[in-house]
Amino acid sequence: MSETTPITESDVAAAADAALTAFAAAGSVAELRAARSAHLGETSPLARFNASLKDVPADQRAAAGKLVGQARARASQAIAEREAELAVAEEAARLASEAVDVTAVPLRWRAGARHPLSLLMEHMSDIFVGMGWEVAEGPELENEWFNFDALNFDEDHPARAMQDTFFIDPVSRHLVLRTHTSPVQIRSLLDRPLPVYVVAPGRVFRTDELDATHTPVFHQIEGIAIDKGLTMAHLKGTLEHLARAMFGEEARIRLRPNYFPFTEPSAEMDVWQPNAKGGARWVEWGGCGMVNPNVLRAAGIDAEEYQGFAFGMGIERTLQFRNDLNDMRDMVEGDIRFSQQFGMVV
Amino acid sequence: MRVPISWLREFVDVPADATPEDVHAALVRVGLEEEDIHTFEITGPVVVGQVISAEPEPQSNGKTINWCQVDVGEAEPRGIVCGAHNFGPGDKVVVSLPGAVLPGPFPISARKTYGHVSDGMIASARELGLGDEHSGILRLADLGLDPAPGTDAIALLGLDDAAVEVNVTPDRGYAFSIRGIAREYSNSTGAAFRDPLLDPALVEAAAARRAATGYPVTLADDAPVRGRPGCSVFTAGVVRGVDGSVPTPPWMVARLLLAGIRSISLIVDISNYVMLELGQPSHAYDLAKVSGGLVVRRATEGERLTTLDGKERILSAEDLVVADESVPVGLAGVMGGADTEISDTTTDVLVEAAIWDPVTISRSVRRHKLPSEAAKRYERGVDPAASSAAAARVMALIAELAGGTIDAQGYYLDESVPPPVIELPEGFAQSITGVAYSADEITGSLTAIGAAVESTATGWSVTPPTWRPDLTDRWTLTEEVARIVGYDRVPSELPVAPPGRGLSRSQRLRRSAAGALAAGGLTEVLSYPFVSEQSNDWFGAPEAGPVPAMKLANPIDPDAAWMRTSLIPGLIATARRNLSRGLTDLALFELGTVFRPEPGVQYGSDALPAGDSLPSEEVLGALRSSIPPQPWHVAALFVGDAVRKQPGQAAVASGLADALGVAHQLGTVLSSPVTVEAGHHQAMHPGRTAVLRAGGRVVGYAGELLPALALELDLPRVVAVVELDLDVLVDLGSTEISAAPIASFPAATQDLTLVVSESVPAGELVSLIVEGAGELLEHVTLIDDYRGTGIPDGSKALTFAMRFRATDRTLTAAEATEAKNAAVALAASRVGATLRE
Repeated sequence: MSETTPITESDVAAAADAALTAFAAAGSVAELRAARSAHLGETSPLARFNASLKDVPADQRAAAGKLVGQARARASQAIAEREAELAVAEEAARLASEAVDVTAVPLRWRAGARHPLSLLMEHMSDIFVGMGWEVAEGPELENEWFNFDALNFDEDHPARAMQDTFFIDPVSRHLVLRTHTSPVQIRSLLDRPLPVYVVAPGRVFRTDELDATHTPVFHQIEGIAIDKGLTMAHLKGTLEHLARAMFGEEARIRLRPNYFPFTEPSAEMDVWQPNAKGGARWVEWGGCGMVNPNVLRAAGIDAEEYQGFAFGMGIERTLQFRNDLNDMRDMVEGDIRFSQQFGMVV
Repeated sequence: MRVPISWLREFVDVPADATPEDVHAALVRVGLEEEDIHTFEITGPVVVGQVISAEPEPQSNGKTINWCQVDVGEAEPRGIVCGAHNFGPGDKVVVSLPGAVLPGPFPISARKTYGHVSDGMIASARELGLGDEHSGILRLADLGLDPAPGTDAIALLGLDDAAVEVNVTPDRGYAFSIRGIAREYSNSTGAAFRDPLLDPALVEAAAARRAATGYPVTLADDAPVRGRPGCSVFTAGVVRGVDGSVPTPPWMVARLLLAGIRSISLIVDISNYVMLELGQPSHAYDLAKVSGGLVVRRATEGERLTTLDGKERILSAEDLVVADESVPVGLAGVMGGADTEISDTTTDVLVEAAIWDPVTISRSVRRHKLPSEAAKRYERGVDPAASSAAAARVMALIAELAGGTIDAQGYYLDESVPPPVIELPEGFAQSITGVAYSADEITGSLTAIGAAVESTATGWSVTPPTWRPDLTDRWTLTEEVARIVGYDRVPSELPVAPPGRGLSRSQRLRRSAAGALAAGGLTEVLSYPFVSEQSNDWFGAPEAGPVPAMKLANPIDPDAAWMRTSLIPGLIATARRNLSRGLTDLALFELGTVFRPEPGVQYGSDALPAGDSLPSEEVLGALRSSIPPQPWHVAALFVGDAVRKQPGQAAVASGLADALGVAHQLGTVLSSPVTVEAGHHQAMHPGRTAVLRAGGRVVGYAGELLPALALELDLPRVVAVVELDLDVLVDLGSTEISAAPIASFPAATQDLTLVVSESVPAGELVSLIVEGAGELLEHVTLIDDYRGTGIPDGSKALTFAMRFRATDRTLTAAEATEAKNAAVALAASRVGATLRE
């Protein structure tokens, strides 16, 4: 059963107007859905006009169809526009409701850190790896022969007593905690084919009480290069490269005569630190020299054919003057606030 | 070595306007490192005063003071209050006038005291910084001085001098003398050097010493150490009729003090003075107390000697002694004996200046823990040519200052080995230093250090001076050339190393491990490896019982005398330190070596091979295996909150989960997956301990500390720890990872709930599911553990999320279900699991 609705221009316009008014009035997606049902649904006036078109005399049907079609198109467009408006408004309202205080969002990660001494050893090692050198390692608890005898420390020479050595009980078994990273020199020369270019970073031990400037456990990095024709000039060039990589292009190296049993000639090295806090300055950095032929002989190397240089510096000391640290204890106590100043950077 | 500058000037022309800093700088250039500057820290006006009158005035406090009128060279005398009484009218004394500052610092001003205005102070030797003597004020007559009132007492007493202190390296014993330092100052600056040994009067006196005979000395070293005779040169002489009570002149006291040696008595001071001047120690005996002549011999084991410091020494057969006909009278080269000590009543003095073998001396020093100024020089080598000169100089000074006559009697023997002749080929020094030296530079610098240089067809024959036993080969000569010409001449050239292979695998992986833990929120610490025996016993092994460990013979802290076998004690100590500083939430880690001797193995060596040549393969192998294994470990410790309480975030306490997280993370990072099983460790909570395995091997433990142990260590109840053998993990990790293709077909996901006995670990079910479901199962993870209503007592319902995928097609739901059912069936048959629908 169908009821025919007469199609008049004014009725169609009124229905369309009513639809537009209702859509515009809808304040939410739900209200708009109800308005759509009322004004565009199957029972809505515009739907009924549409259904009545079949009853319109043929000669008037085209005009009536156009009239109804345009009215429905107007209504459809209006609801689509209103729908979009409401969607935007509702999303905006939702975002507004989701706002948080970004300064109070919970932190679920915690900050970790490497120890700056570890980072510095890695950094210095990397500078040498960049030159083709390799990184050598050796035991911390060492036989005295590697720590002293093979390095040209005579068993009765005062230099040996000056090292403040930790001995393993019983002393007669000749085991010590290495007093320097130099035993790695000997092990490298024994184990590696010539030429040898290695650095040895690591932990060393001397019987000093912990205070602001001493610690019984500290770190060194040592380098040794044995090849044909190496001279002190190569030693100085290598140290200057290291200094520039660490302290800037204006860094320089100064050598002063000194004595170490395992080098001859021996030198103390100072570095010109151009960017030091408080102004550029010379800083005592470590010891170096040409490897003593007795050391080469202990490693079975022909000292007439091969020669080379060695150097070593304290990592703690380097960190101290490089990063303005005053108290050695900060480096050894493991207070997390100390390492966390550095994060993963040194 | 502390060098008074006035003394230095006697042997080398130091410019009049040179400051101590200038002298330091000159010495640093030739390898004498600067240490310090010493002065008397006294400023004037400090003048000579003559006491005109001294009126004793008793005071109400029971003291009596002297109200003195003192002529200080001004128009009017000054009124000065003095509490001392060892002087009287006519005495000349030292007066510090208002404005002076005495050491302390002690500023002098005119002040009201005991009813007078005291217009200055009459000074004691101690107040002037001239030693510890405080028996009264300093009477200049006691020093043999009679200057006019008003004379500047600072200059008079040598208090205007300053000493530079330099560090002398152990190869350069000659630099422990003013003579040696003066030579080096000359080498550095070119200033003229006057060798005191070449002073004509001394040359003559030394020759007389060498010619003297008649005093009985026997050298009888029948047991040289390392084949080295204990004594190579011996000079003895006698001064008779001395007055042992004469005070040491102030200039000598001042110089000795600046050089760091306290004045003791005139004759001892003279011996020390000559040692500082020439580098040759000497010893003075009270001749009356020496019976018979002197014998140089090894001690008999257990023989006793009371040394000058009053201590009785029990001697070893390796000690070298100077004895009289019956007993030792001195430990040769180290310290004299108390029985023959010089005193105020000594009239005849026996002077000995000998050259002792460095090895014998250094062993005696170590054996008796008796370092001395003399031994320090002998250990480093003393110029054998200085022995007779030093004896002559000591005897001359005694005769001059203490009276007496030099006896014709004496003894001299020189068996020293002359220095070797070293060939220095032309071009050799350049080949070592890279500096193109001229022939003049080489001969000039070697001559400057005292060597005799002769040209040869191929270079030079060099005879080092007698005071340089360290110059033994062409390398040591090269250092001298380089040092004298200047290290600043060394050019700079970067050597080209052959191509390297980068870091080793172990080095790379250790960096990755440390980086991963730090990125994961842990802080790296580097703790001392010294622990207590108990710490090792707790943490060195999972089962109770003594753990083999290496012990220090000379620990700094006797309670931490052992080398760590585990990293955990160090982490605990570090955690405690942080906790004590109010840092309550901690996640710490350490990568480091531990020291793990094998049970029953005796490490070390009985004797060491010589260091001057390559030992045999066998000896070298023994040296290499003489040390215990020292593997790298990694450990972590957690205490407090992992996530702290915040708005909208409850606190998440750290615990076992964090410790296990470290293990899994490291397994992933090192490509060496770590599996977890319930385990036992004596130091850990019995229900919260996991044994960690990789490649089937136990690689470590993770757990919460035994609560009782945590409390005993002053730690919170929950402390989670984990320790892994990093070397093993690195070794086990895949070295060549063969990457599988990544399938892009859709995945099918299904959940699975199995009911099993509570005793079945979830990890075991996961393994069974993986095994049962076969290769279609891409991933499985436990998402729930339910116990209670609907589940039988003693059982639990574990829910797993499973993800299936085929590599070659889209999987159907039926295929996934089939795989799941296979997993269920396997779990049912192995552990009695039932499917919960």
